[in-house]
Amino acid sequence: MQVSKSFKRVIFLELAIPVALLTIGIYHGLMQTIYRAGVLHQTSFAKLDYYQGLTLHGVINALVLTTFFAVAFGHVTIAFYFKREPNKKLMWLSFWLMLTGVLMAAGAMLAGKASVLYTFYPPLKAHPLFYLGAALLIIGSWVPLFDWARMYNQWKRFNPETKTPLAVLGTLINFIIWFVCTLAVAYEVLVLLIPWSLGWTDTVNVNLARTLFWFFGHALVYFWLLPAYVMFYTVLPKVAGGKLYSDLAGRVALFLFLLFSIPVGVHHQYSDPTIAQGVKFFHGMLTYGVSIPSFITAFTLAASLEYAGRKRGGKGLFGWMSKLPWFDENRFLFAYFIGGLILFVFGGVTGIINASYSLNTVVHNTAWLPGHFHMTVAGPVFLGIVGMSLYIYSKLSGKKIAMPKLNTIIPYLWVIGMLIFSFGMSWGGLRGEPRRTNLGTSYLNPENPLFRADWVPTTLLALLGGIIMFIAGMLFILNFFATILGKKKNAGELEIPVSEAYHDEKRIPLFDKFKPWLVAMLVIILLAYVPALYNVNKNSGPGAPRFNIDNPVPQTSVKK
Amino acid sequence: MKIDKSEKRVVGITLALIGLFVFSLLYAKGKYKSDVPECLPYDKAYEEPKINKLDSTTYQVFSVASMWQFQPAEIYVPVGSEVDFYLTSKDVVHGFNIAQKNVNMMAVHGAINKTTVKFNKPGVYDIVCHEYCGVGHQNMRAQVIVNYP
Repeated sequence: MQVSKSFKRVIFLELAIPVALLTIGIYHGLMQTIYRAGVLHQTSFAKLDYYQGLTLHGVINALVLTTFFAVAFGHVTIAFYFKREPNKKLMWLSFWLMLTGVLMAAGAMLAGKASVLYTFYPPLKAHPLFYLGAALLIIGSWVPLFDWARMYNQWKRFNPETKTPLAVLGTLINFIIWFVCTLAVAYEVLVLLIPWSLGWTDTVNVNLARTLFWFFGHALVYFWLLPAYVMFYTVLPKVAGGKLYSDLAGRVALFLFLLFSIPVGVHHQYSDPTIAQGVKFFHGMLTYGVSIPSFITAFTLAASLEYAGRKRGGKGLFGWMSKLPWFDENRFLFAYFIGGLILFVFGGVTGIINASYSLNTVVHNTAWLPGHFHMTVAGPVFLGIVGMSLYIYSKLSGKKIAMPKLNTIIPYLWVIGMLIFSFGMSWGGLRGEPRRTNLGTSYLNPENPLFRADWVPTTLLALLGGIIMFIAGMLFILNFFATILGKKKNAGELEIPVSEAYHDEKRIPLFDKFKPWLVAMLVIILLAYVPALYNVNKNSGPGAPRFNIDNPVPQTSVKK
Repeated sequence: MKIDKSEKRVVGITLALIGLFVFSLLYAKGKYKSDVPECLPYDKAYEEPKINKLDSTTYQVFSVASMWQFQPAEIYVPVGSEVDFYLTSKDVVHGFNIAQKNVNMMAVHGAINKTTVKFNKPGVYDIVCHEYCGVGHQNMRAQVIVNYP
């Protein structure tokens, strides 16, 4: 499909800016593992502090890259399946809002005024520009949803009996989840934190802020994941050389995500005060609910891949696997997708452990946690995002991939690094190694009284994995920008692979409309969050004043 | 709607597995008293660090986290003691993790957290702050020292 110059430009910027920022994000990822392994016994390196670097790592990799890509990929799927471009002005408005937000937050972080990590829990106070930047990034990402909804409604009016394309359904569901969950964090940032950080209000209710954050925080991970799920359902079977096993399975899974992505947030607060055990248990059960669509996806994808392998001549119980296009340069997306899925097996299983109520007390806030979520957000999410960014860019620009052979090896290198890293982190976590801690200056410094010899092997494994991932990440960035600098081979067009369904079930009206699902979503959210917020309100004491990261005495006024 | 036999089987196995998980959680909760922290209404009394000896093997510890220390920093109890930890924070959010005993709590300003744990073996148990709390976070540690009376 041919698209306008303006459309191309927005998409290029939304894909390339986060990949460029990844150099900073990935550099700080490597640095974490170096400090933590006790290679460095200092608080900063190259004028950047450990916690400043950790904040940059989290914000760039988990918030900026993911949000920019979700918006760009949303534009691409909607335009490609509806054969129409979204409103140009709104596309640019969304882009500029997000970019302004990122620049504001980046300024605050690089100046060392916002080393509060990407969860920015109060009463650690960041510079107001950090909060404002985060709010603009979110508001910018809301804009496209309303335009896409308009396009969907128009399309539906002319095609009332046609199933909504699965990719469109996934994109719309993802942004509905995103819109609803970000309302809570927007309230936290705009109403609680910004006036407080400016000194207009004196205190903030920390428990309320944490609960609002996690209303958003777990749905956030589905906002990261669903673009990858859309790729797995609608692109992967095609590039594997087969068909999607069941179209309906995909629709069921997506609607279940709509229901269960948000009302599970308290499972991040099992160790928090002010929320009753019963409420925590209820959220734990709902989290099992959200594991169902992931299981459906796992089985459906495995069946789709088996179909592809057999169609390509694979035989026997496992023989079909060897026939899949593992290193095929022309189907390089397969390598990125399968790499992500291999990691996601472990990411999913460790996630269920975390959700399992009192089992969480074994691992909460230990190194186990980053061990887990790097196998999700830095597994299928990251590999899906970077692989697809490269694919869309090369098709849309009409340029060839600069290093095609290396391109099929990068994802596997990443997988190997990640498995080693996550094994080290998980093992360390089970030995009580804390996350988000500059271990090198204390616990991993043999001259310090806090030295812990039992965390030496675990942090060394994480370091080894970190080095391998850093190499893979830098090779990707090199390949990406070498492709951008390459020569144009053709005019370029908007093209994504489209999978047919092996079982293309008849349209079931219930799975082709939003209203009943939105009502059910609202009901479950109320059931889950009214008791939680009631608890927080009832059990919280006085609010907290502002604290800087380097001073136990609160700031009484904002004046310097 | 026609559902394939193998699909039905997969759905059944999935439901059974989830049932097994839920059962295990409830079983562990009852039999081993493995539970998440309790929630108490806020009370200013817990902001004063102290160790109360209720009887020879029952203790209450009011632990107060602040940038960058736990008070009390050293807690001596005899082997076999059952200890109720009450936890709060004077400033930012801190963590309270006794990894060997699966004690895992957040210390939050304006809130009281509580858990109970029994120390059956002598030894030194590290309490590690596992939530980022500013520049001194990596130095924030306390200890429970369990010995024979």
